[in-house]
Amino acid sequence: MPAISDDIKDRIRAYIPRYPSKQAVTLPALHLVHDEYRTVSNEAIVEIAGLLDLHPSEVHDTMTFYEFFKHDGDTLGKTRLWVCRGLACMLKKGYELLEHCEQKLGVNQGETTADGKITLEFAECIGACDGAPACLKDDVHVMNVTPEKADQLIAQCREQ
Amino acid sequence: MAFEPTLLARVNKPESGKIDGYRADGGYATFERALAEKQPGEVVTQVKDSGLRGRGGAGFPTGLKWTFLPKDHPGPIYLCVNADESEPCTYNNRILMEKDPHQVIEGIMLACYAIKSNRAYFYIRYEYGDAYRAMQAAIDECYAAGLLGKNIGGKGFDLDIFMHRGAGAYICGEETGLIESLEGKRAWPRIKPPFPAIEGAFRKPTIVNNVETLACVTQIMRRGIDWFKSMGVPPDPKNPRDAGSFGPKLYTLAGHVNKPVCVEVPMGITCRDLVETHGGGVPGGRKAKAVNPGGLSMGFLDVNAPLKGDDGKTEYDIPLDFNGPGKIGCLGLGTAAITVIDDQTSMVDVLHNVCQFFSHESCGQCTPCREGTGWMLKITDRLRRGLGRKEDLDVLVDVADRIGIMPGTTICGLSDGAGWPVKTAIRKFRAEFEAAIKSGNKSQYAKTLAMAH
Repeated sequence: MPAISDDIKDRIRAYIPRYPSKQAVTLPALHLVHDEYRTVSNEAIVEIAGLLDLHPSEVHDTMTFYEFFKHDGDTLGKTRLWVCRGLACMLKKGYELLEHCEQKLGVNQGETTADGKITLEFAECIGACDGAPACLKDDVHVMNVTPEKADQLIAQCREQ
Repeated sequence: MAFEPTLLARVNKPESGKIDGYRADGGYATFERALAEKQPGEVVTQVKDSGLRGRGGAGFPTGLKWTFLPKDHPGPIYLCVNADESEPCTYNNRILMEKDPHQVIEGIMLACYAIKSNRAYFYIRYEYGDAYRAMQAAIDECYAAGLLGKNIGGKGFDLDIFMHRGAGAYICGEETGLIESLEGKRAWPRIKPPFPAIEGAFRKPTIVNNVETLACVTQIMRRGIDWFKSMGVPPDPKNPRDAGSFGPKLYTLAGHVNKPVCVEVPMGITCRDLVETHGGGVPGGRKAKAVNPGGLSMGFLDVNAPLKGDDGKTEYDIPLDFNGPGKIGCLGLGTAAITVIDDQTSMVDVLHNVCQFFSHESCGQCTPCREGTGWMLKITDRLRRGLGRKEDLDVLVDVADRIGIMPGTTICGLSDGAGWPVKTAIRKFRAEFEAAIKSGNKSQYAKTLAMAH
């Protein structure tokens, strides 16, 4: 059974005409696969390489440069919750916020809750400094996150 | 006459991201006029003569950069839009993309027309999901309106803009790191020369411009050179290499300020004015102690350090133009992101945070940066735990002095930026660091789990 569905493969192929080299589709392809499967398996790497006329090691090389992508059996939860630890957030109690989220979720940063709902991570500055301390829920900024607001955000993620 | 914002003029309007509203405010008329009436070279000249300098951090003259492209090149030539805005505490590009994407797109159109490019890649950091969707929606509107695609306006000019999302790596904001990342490789900056204008994306001539720079291009083409040059700071007559600091500028405020906002003012405002007037001062009746005047890489200024001369001015009073921060030992204007640190905050904690960032974001290609940023983190962590040694401060400065393109040990400027805050913090706040070592006190954060990395 293929690791990547036909639909996702078609969406990867649709990127190819945008660039003069197929290799340039590596990041878009990794994003599509990662979003859908919450990880990029070795089998998926081989299939991406096949679609883009690359050696799997080239895809793997690029992918592992960005610590962004989960692989090697590590899987993202349904929601990825990042807490910013940039200077602007640190000055507004960003570290305390991360610790609060760790306690609330019962996981350390980098880990996923047992129910597979939420992966908690720290982020380097997410550019939401006008709303520090800030979080990123998948790719959406959540600003001015007090502990109460963090609890609501977590409750929301649990319901999804 | 009171200053009227231009770049931010539309941000608070309802549906400011929609093409109809942009059109109603005169949008795209400038591009259509340029297409009908101007030669590409005239657009280059107008931007060059305006004195516009890149807003991404380095301040290189934009029009001059465009002239570095090979003459009469058969193409393709690419424009890469640098929307990787990842310099800590910086968010001005985000505001422009989320609130007025068409102003940015018009700048892309004008730039591509000027440099004879038919394709722009818009490289945006992954963390800017809302900005990505706002830009993509605006681009879709432009295709539907015939402003992008083939034979635009029947004038024989083709242009495509493709959004390309990053994956959370600071180094992708370095222009050749960005190009490598775009090409699907690890984002290791390239040795220069060749510069991208000669050999850039996909080995073709490429111009990399920042989002705010392109918004400025829109306004310069619309309002003219005289308008742009009526604001800011003219070149220093004593410095023949100074290109001046003209035009309006977006400054972002963060950290210990009452109003952390993005403001547009003529270039050259003082740090004090920005923080005390526009930022509403420091909360809780506390005082500013240190300011990072342009993104972490620029280093720190000491609010209480007197400037030469007897007029009571301090480093807080330096003008934030392309020259000001350099006069007090900072690296430059950078991204014009102003982060205020109050007098209750430990500089040890601040510096540890800075070192943590650069150590995490060093791309690992050059040994002095990869190892040096790690050493600096290790030492600042020791200071934070109350285990500092008396030689640590000198070792930190020594490492900071040896990593970077200035000492000639690395390919890109990331580690110059990693060293600068270390050097300036220790030089300017040495007594505080020495006291921390002497007391052996632990930072309040030394135990935090968040610090495990």
